Amino acid sequence: MLIQLRQLTKTYGTGDAAFQALRGIDLDINRGEFVAIMGHSGSGKSTLMNILGCLDTPTSGTYRYEDITVERLTADQRSILRRHALGFIFQGFNLLARTSTVENVEIPLLYRGLSRRERHEKALAAIASVGLADKLRNTPAELSGGQQQRVAIARAIVTEPSTLFADEPTGNLDTATTIEIMRLLTRLNAERGITVIMVTHEDDVAAHAKRIVRIKDGLIESDNIRS
Amino acid sequence: MLSTALNALHIALREIRRNVTRAFLTMLGIIIGVAAVITMVTLGQGTTKAVENQISSLGSNLLMLRPGAGFGPRQPNIPNFIESDVTAISEQIPGIAAIAPARGASMSTAYLQNARSTSVTGTTEDYFSINKWTLADGRFFNIADYRDGAAVCVIGNTVRKELFGSANPIGQKIRIGNASCEVIGLLAPKGQMGMGDQDDTIIVPLTTLQRRLTGHTGAHDITMISISAEDAASSDRMISEITSLMRQRRNLQPNQDNNFNVFDTRQIAETLSSSTRMMTMLLAAVAGVSLLVGGIGIMNIMLVSVTERTREIGIRLAIGARAREVLLQFLVEATTISCIGGLLGIALAVALCYGLGSLINVPVAFNPQINLVSFIFSAAVGILFGFTPARRAARLDPIDALRHE
Repeated sequence: MLIQLRQLTKTYGTGDAAFQALRGIDLDINRGEFVAIMGHSGSGKSTLMNILGCLDTPTSGTYRYEDITVERLTADQRSILRRHALGFIFQGFNLLARTSTVENVEIPLLYRGLSRRERHEKALAAIASVGLADKLRNTPAELSGGQQQRVAIARAIVTEPSTLFADEPTGNLDTATTIEIMRLLTRLNAERGITVIMVTHEDDVAAHAKRIVRIKDGLIESDNIRS
Repeated sequence: MLSTALNALHIALREIRRNVTRAFLTMLGIIIGVAAVITMVTLGQGTTKAVENQISSLGSNLLMLRPGAGFGPRQPNIPNFIESDVTAISEQIPGIAAIAPARGASMSTAYLQNARSTSVTGTTEDYFSINKWTLADGRFFNIADYRDGAAVCVIGNTVRKELFGSANPIGQKIRIGNASCEVIGLLAPKGQMGMGDQDDTIIVPLTTLQRRLTGHTGAHDITMISISAEDAASSDRMISEITSLMRQRRNLQPNQDNNFNVFDTRQIAETLSSSTRMMTMLLAAVAGVSLLVGGIGIMNIMLVSVTERTREIGIRLAIGARAREVLLQFLVEATTISCIGGLLGIALAVALCYGLGSLINVPVAFNPQINLVSFIFSAAVGILFGFTPARRAARLDPIDALRHE
């Protein structure tokens, strides 16, 4: 078992203004799964994603990642966990402007104390695996949306994480590029065994996942494994 | 910890490289501040040094006795000294190495078609050694010239330049007032002094001035008495002894103030160098304020930069940077900018010091201390004013930062 959530809740604000975004989530995710979390805006899917990604902490309930009890970690310890085990890709790509592909991909490695050569080699390998070996020196402004998202994927997998979190990864992309990116994620999941957890509200995007978890009003509405 | 710091330096340098123009504009305040402080202090110290050199060129252990109370213009109705004052001082005050009376007058001088007004001093042959004049050429006048009131003169370098140009003045006759005098000596230059050009002078025997140049032999005609002490330590004692002797000789009642003054060159030196030092400190303080303003400039840009780079900070936090690593990154960035600014400021200061120094004729000496202090101060400014923006960056919540537009 990779991820285990038990009676997880998250409340924003206090008193009358309090808003319960998650109202008791039980969820198990195994290593190597490709899970799509779906729901309308305000359903709590982003909150769940942030807690799973160790960016946020639950109000109550337990979250175990491997054998780590996440809610007991300090902010710094969660940073270390993210650094070593988790990768992130975002709807807006979030690449550093005026920074080349190689340098963008090297950023996570800067926080791991690798030598310049190791950093460079790992970055090159990650970039090659997303098919951008000919765009090493280009800055994000010189790349298409799909290419930028691939740089972002390379940045997320360069640290060889066990889990990849993707927050609306195709929200800014056209249909053809969307399929391209989803194939890339599927391949990483299949070939490297990286667990992929993806938030989306589009059915055709979610269709690439092996399992679809629907969230409504802070609770799991349905949890289907595709045959 | 060391690797974290090195890492922060690496990331910070990358960030600076990514936006060189912004970094340069940020460090401009520091560059100007550091350059201003160093230039002011170096030039101020050069001025102080120059003043001290000129004072010491007046002669050491030198006492001067002048009519009137204190420096400044001559007050009316104050009698000059007489020759018997000189005799009385040399006989009654112990510790005198040499003593020379002097009388000054401003007179017109001419050689061929060149003419100018110059200060002419009539004195005895001891005047040269007391005032540390040395010869560039020719000879000083001697006791025989003095006794005879010979028509001879020794001229300063400025007089030579103005009257003779490049010609050799020795043996030539110049007109002083209505008389003709042979130039027997040329003084080695002493240079500019706070009070004026020391080399714009003609020195003649006192008897020559009295008999030939002014035609005035009144007893009260000595306007200054120069005295050299055998050793510097006794100058305070000699000042008080000369003061009481002169009070007695000038019939001053106990309730009357001195109508003459005695001072030694050390006092002038102290007065002048303390005032130039004060000026230096004042200028350095003003320049220091500009350094402070430069620091505020850094804080301003860094604060803007934190807001502008909120998403970048969010990404860094999401991919596993700890708060302290983000803090360190911004702190190192601010400090690196201010340190580079400090180094550029030192380079600018060197250029300014030598440029301005040669323009206003001040000797410039590289002062490692002020350079080091300014550099450390600029680094401190970076840390101090970089801290607030850095802490703001480190305290960002990764989720909010990632959502920031």
